[in-house]
Amino acid sequence: MYFKKTLAVGALAAMTAITLPLSASAETLTIGLGSEPTSIDPHYHNLGPNNQIAQHIFSRLVEQDEKQRLTPGLATSWEAINETTWEFKLRKGVKFHDGSDFNADDVIFTMKRAPAHPNARSSFKLYTHGGGKEYKKIDDYTIQVTTPRPYPLMATDLSTVHIVSNEIGDATWEGEFNNGNAAIGTGPYKLVKWTKGEILSLERYEGYHADKPMWTKVEIKPIKSAPSRLAALLAGDVDFIDSVPTVDISRLKKDPKLSLSQGVSNRVIYLHLDQFRDVAPFTTAKDGSEIKNPFKDVRVRQAISKAINRDLIIDRVMEGVAIKAGQLLPEGFFGRSAKLKPEAYDPEGAKKLLAEAGYPDGFKTVLHGPNDRYINDAKIAEAIAQMLSRIGIDTTPDTMPKSVYFKRAKNKGPTAPQEFAFVLVGWGSGTGEPSSPLKSLLATYDKEKGLGSSNRGLHSNLEMDKVLGDALATVDDAKRAELLAKATEIGIGQDVGIIPLHYQVNTWAAKKGLKYTARTDERTLAMGVEKE
Amino acid sequence: MTVFIIRRLMQSALVVLVMSFLVFTGVNIVGDPVEMMVSDEADQEERDRVIKSMGLDKPWYTQYGLFVVNAFKGDLGNSFVYGEPALQIIVERMPATFELALVSLFMSIIIGIPLGVWAGLFPEKLSSKIVMSGSILGFSLPSFWVGLMMIMVFAVMLGWLPSTGRGDTVEILGINLSFLTADGLSHIFLPAVNLALFNTSLVIRLTRAGVREAVHQDYIKFARAKGLSNTRVIMVHLMKNIMIPVITVLGLEFGGLIAFSVVTETVFAWPGMGKLIIDAIQSLDRPIVVAYLMIIVLVFVVINLVVDILYSILDPRVRIQDVKS
Repeated sequence: MYFKKTLAVGALAAMTAITLPLSASAETLTIGLGSEPTSIDPHYHNLGPNNQIAQHIFSRLVEQDEKQRLTPGLATSWEAINETTWEFKLRKGVKFHDGSDFNADDVIFTMKRAPAHPNARSSFKLYTHGGGKEYKKIDDYTIQVTTPRPYPLMATDLSTVHIVSNEIGDATWEGEFNNGNAAIGTGPYKLVKWTKGEILSLERYEGYHADKPMWTKVEIKPIKSAPSRLAALLAGDVDFIDSVPTVDISRLKKDPKLSLSQGVSNRVIYLHLDQFRDVAPFTTAKDGSEIKNPFKDVRVRQAISKAINRDLIIDRVMEGVAIKAGQLLPEGFFGRSAKLKPEAYDPEGAKKLLAEAGYPDGFKTVLHGPNDRYINDAKIAEAIAQMLSRIGIDTTPDTMPKSVYFKRAKNKGPTAPQEFAFVLVGWGSGTGEPSSPLKSLLATYDKEKGLGSSNRGLHSNLEMDKVLGDALATVDDAKRAELLAKATEIGIGQDVGIIPLHYQVNTWAAKKGLKYTARTDERTLAMGVEKE
Repeated sequence: MTVFIIRRLMQSALVVLVMSFLVFTGVNIVGDPVEMMVSDEADQEERDRVIKSMGLDKPWYTQYGLFVVNAFKGDLGNSFVYGEPALQIIVERMPATFELALVSLFMSIIIGIPLGVWAGLFPEKLSSKIVMSGSILGFSLPSFWVGLMMIMVFAVMLGWLPSTGRGDTVEILGINLSFLTADGLSHIFLPAVNLALFNTSLVIRLTRAGVREAVHQDYIKFARAKGLSNTRVIMVHLMKNIMIPVITVLGLEFGGLIAFSVVTETVFAWPGMGKLIIDAIQSLDRPIVVAYLMIIVLVFVVINLVVDILYSILDPRVRIQDVKS
């Protein structure tokens, strides 16, 4: 038996503890997480593990709910008062953990601090200043944000930035947050202590402005090894874990001591093919002689999409824990196309298309992918290679650690394309709508405009670029959704600029009696864990 | 003796310098830390800013030069991931690893030596044969698997011990130690056993071989003939003579325990240096990797020095001289 104690005690005290009922610990939630934040400073690193911890301690002007829909946060309402100005009304009576008042100065301070963080490993500048945003304090509880051109994604952008107190001063960076001195937010939990690699302790903030979470204390332990994390849950050392490995899910579902929650994520796994170079690397005729890049022909891309049996991958490789994909985001998200469906498995049709494109005997290529980044990534690449070989495209899977892979798969525009021709990648839409993947994956590469930064296949379609550009300047939600859907239909439906495979489904496991509301943004939050 | 130590230290400094060059250039060839760090959505401008903030815009030889200059000032660079000094991050994790390594070393000595002596004195007994066969398992089972099995049995099924983590610590001289609390002890037990398994088997085998060789030698016979008690013959005369190889191996293994307890620390989520280094390698946190290897080189150098000094204490024939080799 193992007892939680906050004080160091001897064996004698431990023995007396056996007889005492541990009622106090009933309100403590212990979480085993597969990832660890790199800092408590919410502006240091725009990364999933950091943002999910920051969300406990800090609040945002606009919050995202479990389906990434926007809900009021520190701003009670927001509206476009004209084409280029958005007005945010701030919540009154909100207090920071140190008792100071929240007002417009904190917002102005945050928006100045976040992009200027000197050590930021990935800053929020794109969100705080993308589109040329300028902030103006109207009164203590009103903020106006102006942009040179209409900017519909204002609330979405600001739903990523956590508000810090202006009282921490101009030159306070991550070190002061990590030791707790400056980690002062308005969120549902206060930071008690963070010992890197060991434990992150939180305590409920009784002055929280919205619904208070049920747990008075939360302890978050990083346990990166998946079997160990599961064992810790089974042994009762933690109450709740994230990232349950797919191989264990079917067995755990039958375990009466556990309760699982699953939900589709905003992450699509897809294939990117070189649509730019005349001769694609790693790609030759079957006898090894050089051929011109077959992936430039849309029929070849369609053939590859048709040759992939998505149901089989989901059933056998993903153990049923994934949803097949035909576009960038799963059902329920804003700006999705109603027309695009996952490509049906059709090997005969695929062979026909290949023959039409002038490759009746197929060709040889290599599918590159990471082996430690996405759920079962290496196995997916192997399965796809086999399926393609069946229609005549002899494909060799080559997977490598992400630390090596992403450097080689990095695309720096037409002058410095990636090393590979055919890659497996994934994309999670942090904003919960398709403009970010459209901009990064499918728009024509343009460093100045920040477009196509992850367009590894260098897909380019000027018509799509234009529709996307219009969408990004349309404030009306319905019209914008329509334009985003249209851009997706051109980029994926018509061009097959990328080949979507499936949406990842995430699984959390808790001990019986607890339940977690699965989130599409893949975050693990103590606030989402409730007693059944 | 002093000359010997000074010479050894100078040799070590050279080793450290060569290591720093090899490691630094080595980690600079692999991967792109910026790609690992930035969010997917970051545009090229943001990526360039991060590259600059981590000093990666300079050519590698300039980076290395800066590193060496700063290293002399005791600054091994800032971690790419945490943004804090690499040395400080490693030192924070050091007590946990040293504690685990020491407890496991202690276990392998108090379990390994008596069993080894027993097996050496009575090789024909069934119990000795069981000990020797068991030690083969200790050698050959992968510690990853053993660790998980121990968690399954003792934490999940029996519920006797906690599965992962470090437990409560007390601060002594500014260092957090967990083996002084009941909770901490219960946490350290499984990982320490897991880590000790290999070394225990090693000690058993070395001790047994030493005993088998020594019991037939003249000085033992003479000691018995002199009428000394069995205990004294074994504890004093025998033990002293079989200890040299055991100490050599344990000394080297102790370095190994500290440097490469990666697997055990990962399985048991033990917040030590091993877990830190494996995370750093995966995320291409070059400063941490370089600083860590520098420290490990120093640890090995110090351990070897200590082993050499222990030799001379145990065996008067071995006198530390200014060894030319």
